[in-house]
Amino acid sequence: MKNRSKTTKNNIITYIMVILLFAVMQTLVSTGNVSSLLKGLLVPLCAYIILAVSLNLTVGILGELSLGHAGFMCVGAFTSAFFSKCTADLIPISGVRYLLALLIGAAAAGLCGILIGIPVLRLKGDYLAIVTLAFGEIIKNIVNILFIGRDENGFHFSTKDSLSLGLSPEGEVLINGPQGITGTPQDSSFFIGVVLILVTLFIVLNLIHSRSGRAIMAIRDNRIAAESIGINITKYKLMAFSISAALAGVGGVIYAHNLATLTAQPKNFGYNMSIMILVFVVLGGIGNIRGSIIAAIVLTLLPELLRGLSDYRMLIYAVVLIVMMLFNWSPKAIEWREKCSAKWKRNKQKEA
Amino acid sequence: MSFISYLINGISLGSVYAIIALGYTMVYGIAKMLNFAHGDVIMIGAYVVMASVTGAGLPPFAAVLISIVFCTVLGIVIESVAYRPLLNAASSLAVLITAIGVSYLLQNIALLIFGANTISFASVVPIPAIELAGGSLTITGEAIVTIVLCIIIMTTLTLFIKKSKAGQAMLAVSEDKGAAQLMGIHVNGTIALTFAIGSALAAIAGVLLCSAYPTLTPYTGAMPGIKAFVAAVFGGIGSIPGALIGGILLGVIEIFGKAYISSQMADAIVFGVLIVILIVKPTGILGKNIQEKV
Repeated sequence: MKNRSKTTKNNIITYIMVILLFAVMQTLVSTGNVSSLLKGLLVPLCAYIILAVSLNLTVGILGELSLGHAGFMCVGAFTSAFFSKCTADLIPISGVRYLLALLIGAAAAGLCGILIGIPVLRLKGDYLAIVTLAFGEIIKNIVNILFIGRDENGFHFSTKDSLSLGLSPEGEVLINGPQGITGTPQDSSFFIGVVLILVTLFIVLNLIHSRSGRAIMAIRDNRIAAESIGINITKYKLMAFSISAALAGVGGVIYAHNLATLTAQPKNFGYNMSIMILVFVVLGGIGNIRGSIIAAIVLTLLPELLRGLSDYRMLIYAVVLIVMMLFNWSPKAIEWREKCSAKWKRNKQKEA
Repeated sequence: MSFISYLINGISLGSVYAIIALGYTMVYGIAKMLNFAHGDVIMIGAYVVMASVTGAGLPPFAAVLISIVFCTVLGIVIESVAYRPLLNAASSLAVLITAIGVSYLLQNIALLIFGANTISFASVVPIPAIELAGGSLTITGEAIVTIVLCIIIMTTLTLFIKKSKAGQAMLAVSEDKGAAQLMGIHVNGTIALTFAIGSALAAIAGVLLCSAYPTLTPYTGAMPGIKAFVAAVFGGIGSIPGALIGGILLGVIEIFGKAYISSQMADAIVFGVLIVILIVKPTGILGKNIQEKV
């Protein structure tokens, strides 16, 4: 360990933390110490952690705000669930099918990220926030009017209702508009989720500490200075944003393959979801990957343990957002914190 | 005939967007921040009117006045508590996230007080609908009031900014905060005034919106708020005539999209417009292209 750099050590600590948490939870589950409610939350929790880590890449490392992370998740979820449902009979081995579904979900979400990113990331200012927000709403809108069916003549599309698909009697409705996709094979498990968290961490942490990662952070810290030393702003911004979107797609795949019925509602793929993930990132510390994981775990499990507060949960999230921002970023608060820590140091020196 | 009636509906909806967009544009121009909570101030304004009409039994006119005062105070409080400490923060992300927090807070407070159920909102406009061309074209009273009010507000605001001392101070602060302070302008006061005007306009927009579309939930304000922002970007953010043009164009696009393309896709069309503008002309119709200097 001695000759390894500090960042490598830090990364290893993060990996070990995830594995340890997995071991603890797995032991608790197998010894029957976990309520069924909490057990049901484990797979979504894996999806949330991946979403939080990937959003942190956009918010913390790239320094842009994305409010449509749930939209990318939605793209990943629906494309992969559609694929899995179509090929449930063709590919009987669930592992292979799941791997393909993952790749397809991530690719579709990443592609959306690139399409959104190309026009928007060239601009400076807060446009990305509002465009990603709009994107999330558009995706939810489209999924809710999309009807796709399949019979012996191939696929049928409609934007009206399932009757206008014109299916033959043997045909099957795959995506049923607002009713979503029913009967996706439930291939996600807690183990797969944790493995995917580790893969996500590997991708994100390696990106951050690579040449590209340093270029991305340089752009965040000073766009003009970065440009003047020859960093291709759009390329690196697009890179970080599309990777973040693709990883959000992975989160969506896990989420979709854990549900019997996948629908696009404001609750799971809407603005609220994007904000919830943003709260994870902000509470964990913007730019701090390990913090995002801890915040996602605490904020997902805590409300379930404190059922009585469920009415106030969203209210508390809002207050957390405001207070964290004021405390962390307000110049006056920073000054006050520095004063306090200086005082503390002085006292310590006196004692010594 | 239906084309004209859609057009009038579109202009009426667009006028509401324009009034909301004014609040966005003024705040963006002066504080360089995206006030995500603006849409929720609309919702609060509508709830205040609803509560004072049905709860306290006040006449609609008085209720609207109370709502305007309430929202003005709310705007000033939000600015001084949540935004002002972050005005000089190192990262512009901080104030953006705080604004989202405030927006979320307002929605959830309304949710706790009034519940998630949709409340039907009684129109406060006393003017009856006008029938033209032998009854084949109906213009609602709400549409007339909305369009007239929008014109009045635009004219007053333009005059206020061009002629009054406070308006000139706003222009100066939006141009250069430091220089404005050296000229003896009370910068924080001017910013607070901008928020106050924006929030008062939001209250008016809330009443007009809920009179035309008589339902009210804690999430009523969010979508029109976002669309009004699209309108502000469309017209060129920071520009007052831009907000008017952008708002009305967006309203017409939305209503035509609903009528001729697909009613469920209307929102998607509006946001599609935003993405197209950002590709073609990011500064908007009337926006100025400012080069960044090192």
